[in-house]
Amino acid sequence: MLRQVETSRAIAETVALCRPEVVCAYPITPQTHIVESLAEMVKAGQLQPCEFINVESEFAALSVAIGASAAGARAYTATASQGLLFMAEAVYNAAGLGLPIVMTIGNRAIGAPINIWNDHSDSMSMRDAGWIQFYAETAQEAADLHVLAFRVAEELSCPVMVCVDGFVLTHSYEPVDILCQNEVDAYLPSFEPRQVLDPAEPVSIGAMVGPEAFLEVRYLAHHKQLRALEYIPEVSRKFQEQFGRISGGLLRTYRTEDADTIVVALGSVNGTIQDVVDDMRQGTSAVGCVSICSYRPFPLAALRAALGSARRIVVIEKSLAPGIGGILSTDVRTALSGTGIQIFTAIAGLGGRPITKASLRTLFESAEAGKLDELVFLDLHSELIQRHLERESKQRRSGPAAENLLSDIRILAAQIG
Amino acid sequence: MPQPLVKFYQTGTFTVGNRLLQKEDASVQSDELRPNALTSGHRACQGCGEALGARYALDAAMRAAKDQIIVANATGCLEVFSTPYPESSWRVPWMHSLFANAASVATGIAAAMRVKGRPEVRIVAQGGDGGTTDIGLGCLSGMFERNDDVLYVCYDNEAYMNTGVQRSSATPAAARTATTPAIGSQPGNAFGRGKSVPLIAMAHRIPYVATASVAELRDLEYKIEKATRMQGARYVHIHVPCPLGWGAEPRDTIRIARLAVETGLYPLFEAEFGTITERNPIRHLMPVEDYLRLQKRFEHLFQPGADPQWIRSIQEIANKNIQEFGLVTEATHA
Amino acid sequence: MDTEVLNKCRGWLTELFQARIHGRGGQGVVTAAEILSIAAFIEGKYAQAFPTFGSERMGAPVTAYCRIDNHPIRLREPVVTPDALIIQDATLLHRVPVFQGLADSGYVLINSAQSIPDLGIGELVKPLPPEHCCTLPATALGLEHIGRPIPNSALLGGFAAMTQLLKFESVAAAIASKFPGSLGEKNVAAASAAYRLGMERTMTHAKAS
Repeated sequence: MLRQVETSRAIAETVALCRPEVVCAYPITPQTHIVESLAEMVKAGQLQPCEFINVESEFAALSVAIGASAAGARAYTATASQGLLFMAEAVYNAAGLGLPIVMTIGNRAIGAPINIWNDHSDSMSMRDAGWIQFYAETAQEAADLHVLAFRVAEELSCPVMVCVDGFVLTHSYEPVDILCQNEVDAYLPSFEPRQVLDPAEPVSIGAMVGPEAFLEVRYLAHHKQLRALEYIPEVSRKFQEQFGRISGGLLRTYRTEDADTIVVALGSVNGTIQDVVDDMRQGTSAVGCVSICSYRPFPLAALRAALGSARRIVVIEKSLAPGIGGILSTDVRTALSGTGIQIFTAIAGLGGRPITKASLRTLFESAEAGKLDELVFLDLHSELIQRHLERESKQRRSGPAAENLLSDIRILAAQIG
Repeated sequence: MPQPLVKFYQTGTFTVGNRLLQKEDASVQSDELRPNALTSGHRACQGCGEALGARYALDAAMRAAKDQIIVANATGCLEVFSTPYPESSWRVPWMHSLFANAASVATGIAAAMRVKGRPEVRIVAQGGDGGTTDIGLGCLSGMFERNDDVLYVCYDNEAYMNTGVQRSSATPAAARTATTPAIGSQPGNAFGRGKSVPLIAMAHRIPYVATASVAELRDLEYKIEKATRMQGARYVHIHVPCPLGWGAEPRDTIRIARLAVETGLYPLFEAEFGTITERNPIRHLMPVEDYLRLQKRFEHLFQPGADPQWIRSIQEIANKNIQEFGLVTEATHA
Repeated sequence: MDTEVLNKCRGWLTELFQARIHGRGGQGVVTAAEILSIAAFIEGKYAQAFPTFGSERMGAPVTAYCRIDNHPIRLREPVVTPDALIIQDATLLHRVPVFQGLADSGYVLINSAQSIPDLGIGELVKPLPPEHCCTLPATALGLEHIGRPIPNSALLGGFAAMTQLLKFESVAAAIASKFPGSLGEKNVAAASAAYRLGMERTMTHAKAS
C-alpha cells in the first residue's frame, strides 16, 4: 500500500514482513527510528514470533545475530558509522562463517572529528569484509532492498548490508509502497540454513583453519561474490515480475545510450544527478548517469558495458581514501582499464555537506569543457584551508585542527556578512 | 553442595565414583556411558586443568539437559586445542565466533531456540579468564542484565595461556607471567589488583552464581547440573590449573587445585539473586606456602632475597577470604 | 491575476513548490513539514519532507523542508530557494538568515502576535506581494485549542489559507493522521481557527486589490 511515511518506518515495516526471528540492535544516529519501530511492532505483537533484544553495544548486536543465525533463525540488525567500526571484528566473522544476516547501515561519517551526518565512509570501511553491499537510491528502494537482501543472503549463505543514506533518506518523509505479507511470503521462503547448531545433529562451527586450507576458504568467499553477480540480477528480475517495479539489481543507467559524459554514483545523490542530467539535456550536453546498487560484488562487466562508449566519466563519491583520492573511482577505473576513457573523481558530500544541483552542473560542464582536474573536492572552502595551513606553518602548538577550522568559519562569515 | 561432609575420603588413587552409590548419586564421570562432550584426541597439554574442567562441566550439563545442549565458545586454549583443523573433539553442537562475544553469541542462540519453540535446549557459553574477566566482560554484563537464558562457564587458569602466559585481570598477586615478570622490587603481578567476576555476577543479581574447582568433581557436577536446570542468566566459575603456565607438574593438577581451595585462596560458594546461599567449608586448612611451592610462577617468593612480606600478604588474602566467606567451620581441621 | 497564481489559488501545482520551516527544537518543526507532506499526498501529489539536524536539544534552531510536486521528486539537496517560509519562532528573525533565497513572489508566515512592521522586518519583505506576508498568533492558538504552546498545527492552517496550495480538509486529515484521538482533534481545531483568520485576511487583501 502506498503511504506517505518516514523511510525508516518503511524499512522497519518491510523488514517485519520478512519475518525476522531475532532482531537485536544498539541505538546510533541515524538508525534509531528503524529499530524503535521494530521494538514497537514486537512489543505490540504485530511481529511474531520474534525476539527483540536490547543489546549493550554494537559488537554485542552483531554477535547476538551471529548466534541466532547459526542456530537457524532469520536475524536482523542495523547500525552506522562508529557502531559499524565497533562491530568490525564481528562483521568479518559473520562473513567468514557464511551467516545470512541482513544489516541496515544508515550511512554516516566516521570520526574524528565526530560527525552525525551522511557520507559513505562507514560502509566503505567494511567493503572487503565479504558482505554483499547494496546502496539504496530512493526511499522505495531502501525498503524493497531488504526483501531482496534476505533472499540473496539465504540463497548464498552470505551476509548482506543495505546502505541507506543517513538523514537524507532515513529521515525523509516520502510516498513508499509497503508490500503486504502474503506477497513477501511468496517471494521469500522460510530460512533453510546450510549449517545449523542442533543437538540432533551436532556440528562444530568456527574452527581454526591453518595455512593448508585458508587460501581455499578465502577463494570460496571470492567465488561466492562472483556467484552473487549472477544471482542478484536474477532476484531483481523476479522481484519486478512479482511486484511490478524495478528495485535492486547491479546498476541502473539513465540517459547513457548516447552520452559523452557519464556520471557514476552510489545512493541518493543519483536523484539530484538525474535532475541535473535532465536540465543539461535541454541544452546541447550529452550527459547521462549510472547508479550502482550492488557495490559488493562490484559489477565490473556490467559497468564496463554501461560506460564503454562514453568519452569521460565523472565519479561522484561520498568517500575518501586520504592520500589517494577516491574509493569508488578506483573500482570504476578497474572496470574501465585499457579503454583510455578519462575518469574524474569528485569527492562530495562528506560529513553531510549538501550536494547541490548548481555545483554538480558546474562540475559536469567543466568536465565537458576539459577544464576539470582529475581529482576535485566539490565546494571545498579554499580560504579555510589556506588559513589553516598558514596557522600550522607559523607555530608548532597550533591547537586542535577541527576546532580551529570551525572558529575560522565564524570569522570569515562575519567578514562577509 | 548441601550434603553431609564425608570425613573419610580416599586420596592417592584415581578412583572416581563409588560402586555402592545409586546411579543417580554417582558422578557423571564414573558412568562408562558418559557423554564425553569433549572427547579424546584434542591437543591439550598433559595435565591440562581446563580440558578436564570442560569435560566435567559439559558432561554434567548433558545429563541435566538430557543431552540437549548447544555450546558457544570464546577464543582461547580450549577452543584452539579442541578443534585442530580438520578435526573436532566436540560431540555436542558447538560454535566459536570471537574472543569477546561468547556471551552474546549464546544469547542469540537462546533467542533462536525460544523463537523456534525449543525451550528444552539449554545453552552453555564458555571461555577462559581472558575472554571472560577482561575482553568479554561487556558482553557478559549485558547478558546478565537482560537475564538471558544462558549458563556461562568460565575456566579460570589465571592468565592468557593460549598466547603465551600473559597476565589477565584474574592473575593472582605475585604470580609471574610473561607481562608481569619476577624481577624488580615487586616481582610478579602487583598486589591489590584483579576482579572477582563471581562477585560482579552477584552484583547483577542473576538467578545463580557458583564457584567450583576441578579438584571437587561431585561439587562441580552438582553445581553445573543445578545451574543447567534453572532458567535465566547463570554463571559458574571453575578454577583450572595450567601446568605449563603455572610451572607445575602435570600430575599435580588436582593436588594444586585442591590446595587452592584448602588454603582459602579459592573459596567455593553458591549465590542466588545476589546473596550467598551455600559455601563449602574447608576440610583441612593449609598454609598458602604449600600451594605456592608447587608452582614455578611463585618460585621467586622462596628465593634468597625474597621479602617474606609477599607470602604474608598472600596469606592475608587467604585469611580475608576465609573470614568473608566463612570457610572455616567446626568441620574444618587444621 | 496570471494563470500561475490562479492555478495556485485553485491548489493546482504547475511546478515544484518548496517550503522551508524554521523554528526551535521542541516546537514541532519537523512534524510540521511531515504533516505538510502528508496533506499533499492526500491530494494525490508527490511530497518530500526532511529535516536538517544539529545535535538535538530543546531550543536549538531547527530547519525542515517540504517539497511538493506533481511528479516524483528525485532532488536531495536542502531547499535553497523556498517558495514559502514558515517561521515558528520570531526570535530567529534577526539571528538566523531565515529569508535567504526566498523567491520574489514567495510566501512568509510568521508565528507572532505582532505585525510585520513591529517585528522590524518591513524592509526585508518589501519586495513580496503584501498578501503573501502574514503574521499569525499561532502559539496563542495552540494554547487555546490544544492546551500547549505548540504553534505548528495553527501555522499549517494559516499556510493553507494564505497560499491556497492545499485544501484545508487535506491539512486537517494529515494532522489527524499524525496525532491520535482527542489530541488530533485539538490540533485540527487550532489549525481550523488559524485557517479562518487567514481566510479573512485573504478576503480583505482580495477586496483591497
